[in-house]
Amino acid sequence: MSDKFKELLEQGPQVINIGVQDFAANLQIQGVKVVQLNWVPPAGGDREMMDLLDQLL
Amino acid sequence: MHKGMVIRKNEYHDSVFLMRVAKRISEQEGILQAVLFMGTEKNKGFLAEIGFTAGELAPASPGDLILAVEATTPEILTDVLKNMDGWLQPEPGSGTAAAVRSLDEALTRLPRANLAVISVPGFYAAREAQQALERGLNVFIFSDNVPVESERALKEYARERGLIVMGPDCGTAIIGGIGIGFANVVRRGPVGVIGASGTGIQEFTCLVHQAGSGISQAIGIGSRDLSDELGGISLLCALEALEKDNRTETIALLSKPPGPLALSNLLPKILQCQKPVVVCFLGGKKEPAPPDRLFQQARTIDEAVALAVRNVQGQLPPDFSSTAGDLEVLVSRERRAMNPSQRYVRGIFAGGTFCYQAQQIFNDAGLAAYSNAPIAGNLRLSDPLQSKEHSLVDMGADEFTAGRPHPMIDSRQRRERLLAEAKDPMVAGILLDFLLGFNSAADPVGELAPAIAEAKGEFKKRGGFLSVVASVCGTDGDPQSLCEQVARLEAEGVVVLPSSARAARFAAMLALQLKGGLSDVR
Repeated sequence: MSDKFKELLEQGPQVINIGVQDFAANLQIQGVKVVQLNWVPPAGGDREMMDLLDQLL
Repeated sequence: MHKGMVIRKNEYHDSVFLMRVAKRISEQEGILQAVLFMGTEKNKGFLAEIGFTAGELAPASPGDLILAVEATTPEILTDVLKNMDGWLQPEPGSGTAAAVRSLDEALTRLPRANLAVISVPGFYAAREAQQALERGLNVFIFSDNVPVESERALKEYARERGLIVMGPDCGTAIIGGIGIGFANVVRRGPVGVIGASGTGIQEFTCLVHQAGSGISQAIGIGSRDLSDELGGISLLCALEALEKDNRTETIALLSKPPGPLALSNLLPKILQCQKPVVVCFLGGKKEPAPPDRLFQQARTIDEAVALAVRNVQGQLPPDFSSTAGDLEVLVSRERRAMNPSQRYVRGIFAGGTFCYQAQQIFNDAGLAAYSNAPIAGNLRLSDPLQSKEHSLVDMGADEFTAGRPHPMIDSRQRRERLLAEAKDPMVAGILLDFLLGFNSAADPVGELAPAIAEAKGEFKKRGGFLSVVASVCGTDGDPQSLCEQVARLEAEGVVVLPSSARAARFAAMLALQLKGGLSDVR
């Protein structure tokens, strides 16, 4: 069985939240360690620019 | 009527926040409609449908924020559009997001992170998920509209590295006692569940809790995992994990019927599991499988709960032994004051799985029902906004949620639908579901209760009686409190039953009795 998934089930989640902030808030209420990523659409949502950036990075 | 819009370049807010703000704006005096979302092609398409011109929409890109409003006067319209900053203020107590700009920066702040929860628009979700997997994180993808080929690539990548992808389109999980997404507060215990539907997992976990048992893990796999294209990649990963998980004594598997290829591959593996597995393929038939104490099949979610709880407690929970006879007494009581023209049942669902399950229950009772999301053998509503005869409507389907909040967050559309149904004198019963838990509306029953009273009042005026039957999926540990929500419904004269399946059986029995048929609803 997979180690990292097993670890998640046994130790419980520590979360990086990418998107809806309410999800992070409700995890924090349950005592979970959460970091909220201040996400914005990459390259202003321009698909071609996004692909280009991915190639460069 | 006066329409207008504002486009804010390069400004992003998450969809749930925007829905809540749009709801607040819609509730202002003189506002007929308010939408607030990012300028994706799909969203622009919605605005074009409600009368905004291509010229107005052209400047908006996917990275831009759009507020579009219809108001009764030009003054109200101008006031709302001018106050964009005010509307977008964070709600009190919501805190402010730390300025963490990249996944790597987030990992330096939380080096032992083991899960990325992703709820960005579907267009970007696979990219974010891939980056998380590459950094050794398991992934929960709430977003939908992720291409199936991307889903397969992500799941295969994860499998090779000992990780899991829950989703895309994964609404709910409970991992190590922690609810993720739309989850309820339930007791920990020996029952594990793997589900392709978020509302299905919510109903299952709440009913296990009500039955006195508890949940070891609830693992969402996404709505398409059991399709032939995916072959149950995440299901197998979850099944293997729960088979080895010391806390889990029995495993339930909830899904729509798998694709035929996926099923032929999955069934032998499910049969090999060394722990009892309860399978509930909603809308499907029971699979031919050798009688085996380790492999059990259920038709409905509450039946799956009964089998799972019996596996760990040795007997059926007492509340699960109520019979068709008990329901019949209730139905007869509700029928008493109806007039002869009242014949049909209308289901107005927030949970798509509950709509699906209700259709199956109607079919099993020999009743045809119309739906906007019909299961095999049912009839499609030609206009989703207009019910016919018996209709079971999924108000969370795309045609209702494009540009508008999902009914689990905002009941406005369900309220309007309920009042529209009440104008039809041939309606006899309304079937409703309510979902509590993290991230759902703060008071789902309170949002609908006045409309229920109004609808019942309309029938009384006409010399009839409207029967309203509901189920509330939740627990007393939930932020909204099950007990209070049920009490509020009962105060409005609603018949509240302990599961969505039982409420649907009540509705089917009512339909059969009005038709003069037998009450063979199990």
